[in-house]
Amino acid sequence: MEIYGFMMMVYVFVLAIFIGFELIAKVPPTLHTPLMSGSNAISGITIVGAIISAGLEDFTISTILGLIAVIFATINVVGGFLVTDRMLKMFKKK
Amino acid sequence: MKIIIEIIYLISSVLFIFGIKQLSSPKTARNGNFLSSLGMFIAIVVTLFDQHVMTYEYILIGLVIGSGIGLLFAYKTPMTGMPQMVGLLNGFGGGASMLVALSEFYKMKNFDVFSHELSTDVSVVLSIFIGAVTFAGSLIAFGKLQGIVSGKVIKYPLQNTINVILIVAVLIGGTYSAIYNPTLEWIILSICAIALILGVLLVLPIGGADMPVAISLLNSYSGIAGSMTGFVLKNNELIIAGALVGASGLILTMIMCKGMNRSLMNVLLGGWESAGTISTPSAKTSSKGSVKSVDPEELAMIFDAASNIIIVPGYGMAVAQAQHAVRDLVNLLESKGKNVRFAIHPVAGRMPGHMNVLLAEAQVSYEKMYAMEDINDDFNNTDIAFIIGANDVVNPAARHDKNSPIYGMPILNVDYSKTVIMNKRSMNAGYAGIDNELFFYPNTLMYFGDSKDAVNKLVHELKNI
Repeated sequence: MEIYGFMMMVYVFVLAIFIGFELIAKVPPTLHTPLMSGSNAISGITIVGAIISAGLEDFTISTILGLIAVIFATINVVGGFLVTDRMLKMFKKK
Repeated sequence: MKIIIEIIYLISSVLFIFGIKQLSSPKTARNGNFLSSLGMFIAIVVTLFDQHVMTYEYILIGLVIGSGIGLLFAYKTPMTGMPQMVGLLNGFGGGASMLVALSEFYKMKNFDVFSHELSTDVSVVLSIFIGAVTFAGSLIAFGKLQGIVSGKVIKYPLQNTINVILIVAVLIGGTYSAIYNPTLEWIILSICAIALILGVLLVLPIGGADMPVAISLLNSYSGIAGSMTGFVLKNNELIIAGALVGASGLILTMIMCKGMNRSLMNVLLGGWESAGTISTPSAKTSSKGSVKSVDPEELAMIFDAASNIIIVPGYGMAVAQAQHAVRDLVNLLESKGKNVRFAIHPVAGRMPGHMNVLLAEAQVSYEKMYAMEDINDDFNNTDIAFIIGANDVVNPAARHDKNSPIYGMPILNVDYSKTVIMNKRSMNAGYAGIDNELFFYPNTLMYFGDSKDAVNKLVHELKNI
C-alpha cells in the first residue's frame, strides 16, 4: 500500500504540472510580472506545513524551525498577494 | 474533521487553478489574484484545526510578525523596485520549505518516529536541498538587483568544477541518507549547508540583464520545493500548488531564454558565449560612418511631422524612472492626433514584464503595449522608432553578423522605420558589451541624455510648437 500512496502523489504532481503549463501558456507578456509575484505567493502554501510544525504539542527544535517557517511563509504569502494586487490595480485600459 | 480539512484543501487547490486561469487577461486578473488569496486563506484557517496542532501561541506570533513584514514590503516598495521584491519574496518561500522539511526531520528524530518509507526520506532531502538553493539564490538575486552585490557577470576560478563537486557531494549524502540511514543529523545539516552555498555560487555569476532568467528559474524552484514539502507531509494541496508554480516559472524561463536565443546553461554559466572576443573591435568606430546627434528643439519638429510612432523602452527607462515623463509625451503626441504604441522585447528590463508594470504605473493603457511578435512587422510603416534606454535588443547585428555574440537573438526591427531616435546617456555598449551598429545608420539620430531629462525636454519643446 505504501507504494500506492506514493504513486498517487506522483500522479497528482505530474498532472498538476500539465495543468500549470496549459494555464500559464495563455498568460500574455503584459502580465508576466504579476504572474510571477502571484504564483510566488501561491508557493507560500508551505505555510500549511509550517503551521503544523509550529503548533506541535512539545516545544522542541522543531517548534522553533516551525515558527521561523511560519514567519517566512507569511511574508511570502501576504507580501506576494498584496504586491500583485497593487500591480494589477494599475493595469487599465483608456 | 480530517475529511472536512481534506475537502477544504481540495477547494483551495481549485481556487488556485481558477486564480491563475483568470490571470490570462488584464480584465479578470485582479479577481484571479483575489481567488488565489482566498484559496490560501481558507487553507490556513482549516490547518489550524489539524489534529497535530496543539498550541497556538507560536503560530500566532509567526503570523503576526510575517504579516507585518509582508505588509511593509508590499506597500513600501516602489514599482521600480519590483524585480528585487519578487526575488526576495521568492527566497522566503523557498526558505520556508527548507525549514518545514528540517522541522519534520527533527520531529522524526526527537520522537524516534522515522517512518522508514523511502518516499518520505527522499522528499525530506529534496525539500531541504531545493528550498535552500532557492533561499540563498534568491537572496543573491535580490542583492544584485538592489545593488548590494555587483550586478556584473562574476566569474571565479574553477567555477564549474566547484559546482560539480558540491552537487556530487549532495548526491552521495542524499542517497545515503534516503536509502541507508535517514536519522543522521550531520548529513542532513551538511546537505542544507552545501545547498545554501550552491545557491550563492549558482546565481553569483549571472549578470544583471540575465536576471529575468534567474528570477524566473528561482520562481520555479520555489514551487518545486513546495511540492517536495507536500511529499514529506503527504499533503496533496502542497503538491498541486507547488507544481503550478514550478510550471509557471519554467515557462517564463523558457520564454526568456528564447528571447535571447540562448540556452539555459549558457545563461546560468554567466555572460555571453563568446565574451572573450568582445573587447577588441571597439576602437573602429570611425570606419563605420559618423554619428548624428539631435537636440530637443530639432527633435520636437521631427516628432511634430510624424504620424506613426513606436516607443521601445528598456532598462534605461527604469533606471531613470522616466515612465511618467514618457506617459506625458504619449498623451501630448496623441492630443496632436498621432498613433503612438509601445514595442516591448521579452527580456527588456530585469524581470519578465518589467516594462509593462512600469508603464502601467504611469497609467499607460495596456492596449498600447505590444509584444515583439505582434508589432515587429509594423516598423516598415513607422515614421519614428523612439528607443528609450534599450540597446542590445535593437542591434541589427543580431540579424546578419554571424560573428556577433548576439547573432540569432530575436530583435525589434527598429531600423526598418523611417527615422530611429536613440536615447542613451552615452555611446557606451550595452550589457552584451558590443558596439551597436545602429548608432551609425543613416536613418539614426542619437539623442543623448538621462531618459527622464531628455523626454521632459522633448515634451517641453513639443508644447512650444
